[in-house]
Amino acid sequence: MSSEWPLWEVFIRGQHGLNHRHVGSLHAPDAEMAIKHARDVYTRRNEGVSIWVVPSAAIAASSPSDKGPLFEPANSKVYRHPTFYDIPDDVGHM
Amino acid sequence: MPSLPDMTTPNLARPEGLTPRPGGSGTAPADALFEFLLRMGDNTLILGHRVSEWCGHAPVLEEDIALANTALDLIGQTQMWLGLAAEVEGRGRDADALAFLRDAWDFRNLLLVERPNGDFGQTLMRQFLFDAWHAPMLTALEGSADPRIGEIAAKAGREVAYHLERSADLVIRLGDGTEESHARMQTALDRLWPWTGEAFIPDATDAAMAGAGLAPAPDSLRAAWDATLDTVLSEATLTRPEDDFAHRGGRQGRHTEHLGHLLSTMQWLQRAYPGAQW
Amino acid sequence: MYAQMVKTDADKVKALQEMTPEERAFQERVDRGEKIEPKDWMPEGYRRTLIRQIGQHAHSEIVGQLPEGNWITRAPTLERKAILLAKVQDEAGHGLYLYCAAETLGVTRDELTERLLSGRMKYSSIFNYPTLTWADIGAVGWLVDGAAIMNQVPLQRTSFGPYSRAMIRICKEESFHQRQGFDIMMKLARGTEAQKRMAQDALDRFWYPSLMMFGPSDKDSVHSAQSMSWKIKINTNDELRQKFVDQTVPQAEYLGLTIPDPELTWNEAKGGYDFSQPDWSEFFEVLAGNGPCNADRMEARTRAWEEGAWFRDGLMAHAKKAAARRAAARHAAE
Repeated sequence: MSSEWPLWEVFIRGQHGLNHRHVGSLHAPDAEMAIKHARDVYTRRNEGVSIWVVPSAAIAASSPSDKGPLFEPANSKVYRHPTFYDIPDDVGHM
Repeated sequence: MPSLPDMTTPNLARPEGLTPRPGGSGTAPADALFEFLLRMGDNTLILGHRVSEWCGHAPVLEEDIALANTALDLIGQTQMWLGLAAEVEGRGRDADALAFLRDAWDFRNLLLVERPNGDFGQTLMRQFLFDAWHAPMLTALEGSADPRIGEIAAKAGREVAYHLERSADLVIRLGDGTEESHARMQTALDRLWPWTGEAFIPDATDAAMAGAGLAPAPDSLRAAWDATLDTVLSEATLTRPEDDFAHRGGRQGRHTEHLGHLLSTMQWLQRAYPGAQW
Repeated sequence: MYAQMVKTDADKVKALQEMTPEERAFQERVDRGEKIEPKDWMPEGYRRTLIRQIGQHAHSEIVGQLPEGNWITRAPTLERKAILLAKVQDEAGHGLYLYCAAETLGVTRDELTERLLSGRMKYSSIFNYPTLTWADIGAVGWLVDGAAIMNQVPLQRTSFGPYSRAMIRICKEESFHQRQGFDIMMKLARGTEAQKRMAQDALDRFWYPSLMMFGPSDKDSVHSAQSMSWKIKINTNDELRQKFVDQTVPQAEYLGLTIPDPELTWNEAKGGYDFSQPDWSEFFEVLAGNGPCNADRMEARTRAWEEGAWFRDGLMAHAKKAAARRAAARHAAE
């Protein structure tokens, strides 16, 4: 039985010098291939000039807190990764 | 019916040691230039077609998308090479007419690129063996005495540098992967090997092109190709076959059975509805 | 639609006062138009329904590569070949974005693939119809993508953040898909007699299957009501179908093609067309596996998956080896 390729979060800096922005995720066996895949998947329309990839498992994300949550997130649920999670620009390189 | 080149008496001139001469006259007989441009454009056309056959069938989504990028680059390069060929020919044909309305004997691609896809390993190995020739070829062509050739080569060269990086990387990874992936890549290499030597065998067209400083002599690319192969194959733990027998003829219009089938698919609509606009 | 008849686990839609405090807080967030993110609390039914819906949508993109891919090697010009290849490649990309969105809900892409190949998950009925002529490539772009856009544009506002963001990206990329289909149809409709015949034939075969894409009327469906209250479905099937017909009829007239529906008439009072319903028994047959191409589509996907296993495993094995070698080298250096 095959083991699934790990998941990576992809961040791209566009032509205009803004910070790297989260654009999505993908599967790849390692970081080098994740970068190649990111180029092929997420820059098909010349979207970027620089690519970062981060293993999804390595992302530490804040708990949802906007407007004061009434309830704790259900810790029993295993969410595998924060795909498409917009990390604010001022958090910087994660 | 046009006469086919005689298979038993090779009419291949073998000039030695031709290198691109940026200071060359910049003119070659028009038919040599046309032939040369067909060779470039037919390589990318036929390989692009083969690669596009995978669309929707690749082993993993990311690879499906990556392969489509390669095919798109190759089709784009075909439009440039065959477009220039049509212009040079000056008989009112365009790139589409050259792609869709010639029969197999008028195609000038390397036999390597018309090999059927086989398994994914063979497809990747074919790509690597071709890219390792294609990249130095385009680098040399950037210095062509004909600026039109240099311009196309510069654009295509940027794309092909990435093709080579990707195909070499995958050959290394799969060669040095599991036992099965290693075995498949070695088989792919062994099977494709006899189809690689043709790229380096010069003929009269090459001599005319090289003499005019328009294109490198085919054998001048051998060292770069060998060096790339040695590095990549050794890292991939694959064994380079020793037999240097080379099938030849594609560049002169003598093809394998596979090309006819490919063309009968590719050219179907243009042939079934002559003169229609699409 | 790309997601058809998605079940919700609901037997009725709860009123706010019947909900638990968590459910109520969740519903109020949705009602306020807030996005729900993967780590937020959500009802189990919402999560499961989304996995079904996004998964089905992703599968549709992937299986949808096949009917169009069927013509890549036969496209009539170099430019048409490049455009079609780019479009089918986009569909692979859209499938990828959607699988990733589903993965935030605690399911893996491999699990979803396994459910597709074992027949436990569906994909859109439309992709079980064959593409027999080049005009079908035009019709798929014009009608099938046209129908899909009807649904995808409102879904950009869906309540689940990752789904919404995937749809935004998809809609941006899809903008050329329908146009290229219409462009093919225009060329054919203004071409030779044979090309006109080809175009009309494609419209004749794809019209009703396109109407089926929206699914049967769901005005009395509890699942639709639940999905709409969760904002993972924005319009009813009938609303979208009506909108699609109203948009498409003038386009067909422009092309000089005839919609294969003798009942089609403009209804001034409702400001839209009256039209015939597709044969819903055919739709259910197709969903049950009896469409013209169901078996071929699944066979192609299964083959790609099974014959690709050595490739995926080989690359994973290499990555592990290389990581171990790097670790050993680091260790030796210390």
